Amino acid sequence: MYDIKALYEAESVQDACRLLTEHPEAQVIAGGSDVLVQVREGKRAGKELVSIYMLDELRGISIDKDENVRIGSLTSFSNITKNPIIQEKIGVLGEAVNMIGGPQVRAIGTIGGNTCNGVTSADSASTLHAWEAIIEITGPDGVRYDKIKDFYIKAGTVDLNLGEIQTAILIPKESYENCFGHYIKYGKRNALEIANIGCSVNVRLSKDKKTFDRVRIAYGVAGPVPMRAPSAEAFINGKAVTEENIEQFGKEVLNDINPRESWRGGKKFREHMAVVMAQRALRESIRKAGGEVR
Amino acid sequence: MSERQYKTVHFTLNGKPTERNVDVRASLTDMLRNDYRMTSVKKGCEVGECGACTVIINGEAFDSCIYLAVWAEGKEITTLEGLLGPNGELSDIQEAFVEETAIQCGFCSPGFILSAWEILNTGKEYTDDELRKLLSGHLCRCTGYENIFRAVKKTMLRRLGKYEEAEKVNDAGIVDTDERKPFASLDPTVQA
Repeated sequence: MYDIKALYEAESVQDACRLLTEHPEAQVIAGGSDVLVQVREGKRAGKELVSIYMLDELRGISIDKDENVRIGSLTSFSNITKNPIIQEKIGVLGEAVNMIGGPQVRAIGTIGGNTCNGVTSADSASTLHAWEAIIEITGPDGVRYDKIKDFYIKAGTVDLNLGEIQTAILIPKESYENCFGHYIKYGKRNALEIANIGCSVNVRLSKDKKTFDRVRIAYGVAGPVPMRAPSAEAFINGKAVTEENIEQFGKEVLNDINPRESWRGGKKFREHMAVVMAQRALRESIRKAGGEVR
Repeated sequence: MSERQYKTVHFTLNGKPTERNVDVRASLTDMLRNDYRMTSVKKGCEVGECGACTVIINGEAFDSCIYLAVWAEGKEITTLEGLLGPNGELSDIQEAFVEETAIQCGFCSPGFILSAWEILNTGKEYTDDELRKLLSGHLCRCTGYENIFRAVKKTMLRRLGKYEEAEKVNDAGIVDTDERKPFASLDPTVQA
């Protein structure tokens, strides 16, 4: 038995907003792979929970009328990885969420939960930052949208007000068209591991594939929240696809990131890893885009 | 908790429709063990790390310890008990676990077998790396995993009709295609 004070099961999105407004102390539970573990640990023991897990309308991946890739917030990691739209448009997201936990955790864990936790190490977070995802938030007064970088406020805190839940994650067409990306997770083990540092890069090459038209890079665990590396991006955009530029791109990252010293890894170590991962992820993205490094 | 909160859940367990009034605080592990005596569902870490409590929900393996019992509503759930034939016969994957000595204390076995069941039911042929990743949600402290891996791999090959290959899976889990005897170069009866 879990130590739960009360469980309120939402029957619709509006019902979830109502329950959360009526019970301001309650914690939302989606898949529960974090919340239920925290209840067991005692961190969230004895609290009220509002379960949205049964809301099937928040599951599934589609292309909406504006050609955004729309991922329902309750879509599980395993369903994201298996989804043909994701495989075709944003393959790297399916690969990144396929590195979370183990198979059973990926069956229950949701992309909405992964982002609403506000945790920097979340494997989906760096890729969603690098693809400039838009977060759809539904509250008692309707729907609003947030850029993902504004959604993350600080470690463990996201932009959700009383009575609001995240209902979808959108990747705009401008963001995914002709883009190819790669994610590298560094951890001590291959399975059931939290990222020591994670790096997601995507690239759009010029028509002749000789110039970087647009490169975007984002990290998890390079700071308190997932973050882009703007000076590295500014350096590489418009430059030729050469090994020299790739090397320098990695070094530029150090102007942007601020990893911390923790038991999982030292600051210096993480900085070194960040440089190497940026270069490797960029090379792999170029390969996926059909380009060649000169 | 001042007042106990209960809810009736309707679901299918090992092919049979059922319903139960459960305490909303119960995990699916709690309900399956306590209300249904499905004791193949083991209580291990209870935080979704060890995989001993694995069950199949709508065709996919889940850790039942981090799944609320009330979420079983409308689902099709399979436990290890559901793999047995009508007269208690073991399934092919269970037989393979026995054959390969993929069991010692047995605590991880029901979970491992159910994950293997999901993998095998896809009907695909996986590479060794893919298989290892698909089996990575379980901890086993006895076998060192190699025998488990071999049991799953052999069953996969057999289900694909590759019986000869399955028999050639060696102790290292590799299909042994080398027809020579060991130390063939030192054996004067073997022509180089």
